[in-house]
Amino acid sequence: MAYMIKESNCTGCSACQNECPNNAIFEKNFAFFIDPAKCTECIGFFDKPQCAEICPMPKTCIINPDVPRFAAAV
Amino acid sequence: MEFGTRKAVAELYVMQPSVPGSGKMGCASKSSSGKSSCGSAAGQGDLSSEIWEKVKNHPCYSEEAHHHYARMHVAVAPACNIQCNYCNRKYDCSNESRPGVVSERLTPEQAAKKVLAVASNIPQMTVLGIAGPGDPLANPGKTFKTFELVTKAAPDIKLCLSTNGLMLPDYVDRIQALNIDHVTITINMIDPETGAKIYPWIYYNKKRYEGVEAARILSERQLLGLEMLTARGILCKVNSVMIPGINDHHLADVNRAVKSRGAFLHNIMPLISAPEHGTVFGLAGMRGPTAQELKALQDSCEGEMNMMRHCRQCRADAVGLLGEDRSNEFTTEKVMEMEVNYDLQLRQAYQDDVEKRRTAVVAARNEELKTLVGRDSGISILIAVATKGNGRINQHFGHAKEFQVYEVSTAGAKFVGHRRVDNYCQGGFGEEESLETVLRAINDCVAVFISRIGNCPREGLLRAGIEPVDRFALEYIEQSALAYFREYLERMQSGEIQHIQRGDADIRQGALVTI
Repeated sequence: MAYMIKESNCTGCSACQNECPNNAIFEKNFAFFIDPAKCTECIGFFDKPQCAEICPMPKTCIINPDVPRFAAAV
Repeated sequence: MEFGTRKAVAELYVMQPSVPGSGKMGCASKSSSGKSSCGSAAGQGDLSSEIWEKVKNHPCYSEEAHHHYARMHVAVAPACNIQCNYCNRKYDCSNESRPGVVSERLTPEQAAKKVLAVASNIPQMTVLGIAGPGDPLANPGKTFKTFELVTKAAPDIKLCLSTNGLMLPDYVDRIQALNIDHVTITINMIDPETGAKIYPWIYYNKKRYEGVEAARILSERQLLGLEMLTARGILCKVNSVMIPGINDHHLADVNRAVKSRGAFLHNIMPLISAPEHGTVFGLAGMRGPTAQELKALQDSCEGEMNMMRHCRQCRADAVGLLGEDRSNEFTTEKVMEMEVNYDLQLRQAYQDDVEKRRTAVVAARNEELKTLVGRDSGISILIAVATKGNGRINQHFGHAKEFQVYEVSTAGAKFVGHRRVDNYCQGGFGEEESLETVLRAINDCVAVFISRIGNCPREGLLRAGIEPVDRFALEYIEQSALAYFREYLERMQSGEIQHIQRGDADIRQGALVTI
């Protein structure tokens, strides 16, 4: 039920953290991570996930395959 | 730590807002020397007194000040809200020098401490800029918090910021309230079709826009922000990246558009597109302009407004004079251990001394200029100069990391640019190649002024048709350039030399290597 950040791509720019409506993004060792328990894929807030909208690196904020999609949990 | 004993040319952004109602851009206003010096940018020139007061100690807004005053950037703003095809945020190594990359990010509190530490150690540091490494206004909390802390602790330091302009209209009031009196906006186009080739997307109002629509929104926001700032009397400089094949011809339109909206200075910079930086333009094999292509564009816009030619395209964490980078002396680790002794009186005394030196430079120049009165040769020459600052020829050929280029004619000596070169004296290997680099960088110059030079490079320069000149060692640059030009004319008349038009020169692209 969440997005995740591909660590090897992360520039550490923090742009996603500023935009996340759920406060789900945190920093560790100059890279950023998404707490899957907090992420709602921006459903209920925006049409598109904000982290992926502003991320400067392509295909870096992506669906986390290890957890079920958020919508399915509703 | 040295206390200002070391001077080098610093890179500064000079920006100047237009003063509403004055509209002064002409050449007739009084200058400090009593002589109109349109376009020379040496001294007050054609700036109104109000603007001159704001920019005279700002190395990034005044070419003349950049020989004497230093600036620093603090990297508190990592996030960005647009994507530019000449920027890649991923790559950063300590040897690399270009906008958009930094080695470490600071919190506002760390940044304020760093500013005090630098101000204590470099008394000629007069300007704090926030320029990224992302966009300051995409990180408004951190940016404005930093300015607030610095204003409280070091009220004499001028504040400036550099932005892509997307969020600028929203923050104009805040900028004014914080007394930020210099703002630089990077404007590469006013035509959205052109913009779509430069900006793949922007993030605005919680949504990603692409293509022409993105460029249209960005352009509207940039021009609106510029108008709002200049209406409030805040000095605005416009930066443009010259991208051959995309906006090189269009930048003349940009120049007119920003001038009409009150920008006081236009800084056209060459595209940096080394493939190893991994930018879209770099990977596509696009080239930057040659030195003469850049100069021709700058010259063509100069009739319209003041042009800035001393920008070194520095990093968002640069410290020192333009052209030098002392950021390694002020890493967070070192700064946190530094004893800070911010002495306003000491700084003022030092800066008073700088003022005396500046006045002497201008006086010497004007004295020399008198010897050319009445002569009209119709020719101009370019001279490369090795300098560590203070307006003097005071650097060994082999120690120069860059050469400043002056255009000299009977009208005067005018700074027209700088050319980066790798250190010629590095480790004693590859000397031949290093000399080749220098020759390519100053190939359009007839002479190079240095304090000293070895026999080997001297002969190499002569073979390339560039005269190495060390007899003006430690003298003032402009005065010496005018004296050389007078002799040049005399040697031409006597038939000793023939004036030939020199070729083009390279703008160096690779990573800056510091030892």
